[in-house]
Amino acid sequence: MVFALSLLLASAVVFAFMAVLPGDPARVALGVQATPEALEATRAEFGLDRSLPAQYLDWVGGLLQGDLGRSYVTRADIGPQVFDRLQVTAWLVMAGMLVALVIALPLGVLAAVRHRRLSGMMLSGASQVGMAVPSFLAGILLVSVVAVQLGWLPPGGWVVPADDPVQFLRRLILPALALGLVQGAVVTRYVRSAVLDVMREDYLRTARAKGLGPYRALVKHGLRNAAIPVVTVLALQLATLLIGAVVVERVFVIPGLGSLLLDGVANRDLLLVQSVVMVLVLAVLLVNYVVDVLYTVLDPRLRRAG
Amino acid sequence: MNNQIAGPSTPPGAGIPDAAEPALRVRDLRVGTDNLDLITDVSFTLAPGERVGLIGESGSGKSLTALALLGLLPEEVKASGSIRLSEVGFDVVGASERQMSKVRGDRMAMVFQEPMTALNPVMQVGDQVAEIMLLHRRQPDRRAARRAAVEMLAKVRLPDPEGAARAYPHQLSGGQRQRVVLAIALANDPAVLLCDEPTTALDVTVQAHMLDLILTGVAERDSALLFITHDLAVVATVCERVLVMYGGRIVESGPIDEVFTRPRHPYTRGLLDASDMDAVDGRGRLHTIPGTVPAAGRFPDGCVFRNRCAHATQQCVQVPPLEHKGARAHACWHPVEEPT
Amino acid sequence: MSEQVNVVSVPVAEPAAARRGSRLNPSLIVGGSIVALIIGAALLSFVWTPYDPTRIDAAARLTSYSGDHWLGTDKFGRDVFSQLLVGARTTLFVGIVAVGIAAVIGTPLGIFAGMGSRWAGEIVMRGNDLLLAFPALLMAIMFAAVYGPSTLTAMAAIGIATVPSFARLARSGTLGVMNTEYVLAARAAGRTRRAIAVRHVLPNISGLVIVQSSVAFAIAILAEAALSFLGFGTRPPTPSWGRMLQESQELLHSAPRLALWPGIAIALAVLGFNLLGDGLRDRFDPRLEVRR
Repeated sequence: MVFALSLLLASAVVFAFMAVLPGDPARVALGVQATPEALEATRAEFGLDRSLPAQYLDWVGGLLQGDLGRSYVTRADIGPQVFDRLQVTAWLVMAGMLVALVIALPLGVLAAVRHRRLSGMMLSGASQVGMAVPSFLAGILLVSVVAVQLGWLPPGGWVVPADDPVQFLRRLILPALALGLVQGAVVTRYVRSAVLDVMREDYLRTARAKGLGPYRALVKHGLRNAAIPVVTVLALQLATLLIGAVVVERVFVIPGLGSLLLDGVANRDLLLVQSVVMVLVLAVLLVNYVVDVLYTVLDPRLRRAG
Repeated sequence: MNNQIAGPSTPPGAGIPDAAEPALRVRDLRVGTDNLDLITDVSFTLAPGERVGLIGESGSGKSLTALALLGLLPEEVKASGSIRLSEVGFDVVGASERQMSKVRGDRMAMVFQEPMTALNPVMQVGDQVAEIMLLHRRQPDRRAARRAAVEMLAKVRLPDPEGAARAYPHQLSGGQRQRVVLAIALANDPAVLLCDEPTTALDVTVQAHMLDLILTGVAERDSALLFITHDLAVVATVCERVLVMYGGRIVESGPIDEVFTRPRHPYTRGLLDASDMDAVDGRGRLHTIPGTVPAAGRFPDGCVFRNRCAHATQQCVQVPPLEHKGARAHACWHPVEEPT
Repeated sequence: MSEQVNVVSVPVAEPAAARRGSRLNPSLIVGGSIVALIIGAALLSFVWTPYDPTRIDAAARLTSYSGDHWLGTDKFGRDVFSQLLVGARTTLFVGIVAVGIAAVIGTPLGIFAGMGSRWAGEIVMRGNDLLLAFPALLMAIMFAAVYGPSTLTAMAAIGIATVPSFARLARSGTLGVMNTEYVLAARAAGRTRRAIAVRHVLPNISGLVIVQSSVAFAIAILAEAALSFLGFGTRPPTPSWGRMLQESQELLHSAPRLALWPGIAIALAVLGFNLLGDGLRDRFDPRLEVRR
């Protein structure tokens, strides 16, 4: 319910934002040389001559049926384009998250358990440095070293997994690393502090008093408790990852949602921009919603009585 | 730092007629960091089934003693001396993690002060009780352990033990949670049960029930009980013998009725006076012990109590030895005279 | 310890229990130094750079490290070191304006949400949640689409997208302060809300706001770099670290150093502000001071 409401509000914000555009979308799309008749025809064709609320309702109604409308510039249907590109970006985001988790979970726990020792301090120092590197910079450096200097992997491009799985994976590795290494550094810090907090809890002492060894006590009684704050962060990071993918796609010349968005901006294809932004916002909201549900699974205190 | 004249104190346990092997024997226990002693020369024994109170103000080292017995001291704190348990072939001091894991929760168990935080919030209560039995192979499998857990919850008189086993800690009251903690501690019939202020966080009305459960629990199992508290009334109802701790040392010990009626150490005297809500001083105020417990490492040399003691003299610069006399002992150069 | 004769009144020295956490912690020192270095570079660029960073020199294209050009030149023969110095200025400028917008809008909103009626608070926080669904970069791309790319749109977009973090922080800080005894006393004494907000709430949450500003600054730097990299940020010819990276991309084969130096500059700046934020948090947060 809350989810649907925030979605509706978000769509209104996106629409209103695009509607304040100084100038006429038809003129923007057709260029300055367009004749008044052509402009009039385009406006009529896309319903731009109607009132803003009517246009909004039309757009949202289309969204609800999965119809994202047609581009003012190319006149192509936007929906299928967005859907195609979304699949590419989804691969990037999932692979990036996987890399981040593979790095962050063990290293974060290790950094917490050894927080007094040199190895633990070096881990938190390394994560601090990793956090400072934006993913597109990591991408450029990876391309420079792994693809250009060493020639181990292609510097960019995209292959659909069904066409050639090997080439697909070869092209997925570097962007996934670029996204995942940086996110991994961020998540490592959160995992570390969550585990540190849990290590100070009384119930962990109870577990030790039962006869569980230090690591078993942490794994059996600590990690699920530590997971609760970490999951929040993961949700936020998933959103960051999605936006990071927009930029990383540019580095690796990957035809994802980000490229579509940037091309749309470059071509002043406003409805396309509006739709892609809406899809990205929807993804962010959806992730937040899933997290709320996940909380109640992880933390029985949030479950309703009964 | 410690210029005491008395060496390691005289053999403890003197005055306990029971010749059987004690359930717990602590000798010359010393706990501290590299440059700071927190507990010094603590020696005592617990006979099987014996109920002993460990009393003193907060900051006197009681809880740390309990943690040392379990081998769960904080990383930077080390113990020396000797802690032996009956039927355990090694010394707790210096034992490996693997060895201690077999002892904790099995031969020796503990009830902590804070029932609200002592249980894992994301695990069903029944599983938390079952875990300790599975861990020490007291039950063959999960189902049997779970059934035994419900029985244990019934024994600590939780209403609807079946339902309680399925509950999460936040669904239980503080008193109920503390019963669960007790059920966990008693599940494997430990030879020694340590209770650290088990009723302090509870409502007064619930306290008596809890004490009753502890007493029944140890009586049924012939477990020795070390009961840590600052509440003298509670010690008097629960324990047979008492150890008075101050500044990380045992300053007086003996049977409850004797120590509480005829204390020898001025600190014990002070504690008793302070807890007596009827007695007032010349100006009609309740008695207190002057000053406050110093921070760790800030106790005076010699007798640790001398900076708060009205009877302190120059002799108190020397550490007084724990003098045994029958079942009683005290460490003071100027003991309170026995009233005639 | 001393041998006192009058043992009865041995005054055992009270421990310096109130010993504050160390005023200078490593994060604060390192982070502060890096930030000072960047501010120094930006200030220096006003009075001196080895070359005019926008001067095109066809004769000196893509030269490597040398005495003339310490960090070499780019494909137009522009001096990389000079560009880095002036780029620091751009970075700081964007950061200051963006964080300024966020703090000036977000903090009062948060205080209002924390002090006002439940309804007011609820509405502000829902609006906040909605805004959170628009990450800084997405907001900036939208701004660029509508108003055209420029430093100004970048700063405004990053600033607005950062408002929620300040509002949320200010609200939770305010709620904490509102429950203290002294505020209850002030309210009982009939002080107006505005007086309480100015005299009690603001001074108490200013530490939090400063810490958040440092962290937000790091985020703003990252966003600006990404925007300039995409071509939606600072326009040429004004030097910007992000655009230097973009221009280096086609030359990764021949001159990877062109990506390296602006990359180091960006990472260093972000690291500096993050560390500074951590260090300040340790100083301001009394709970953490207890932990040694």
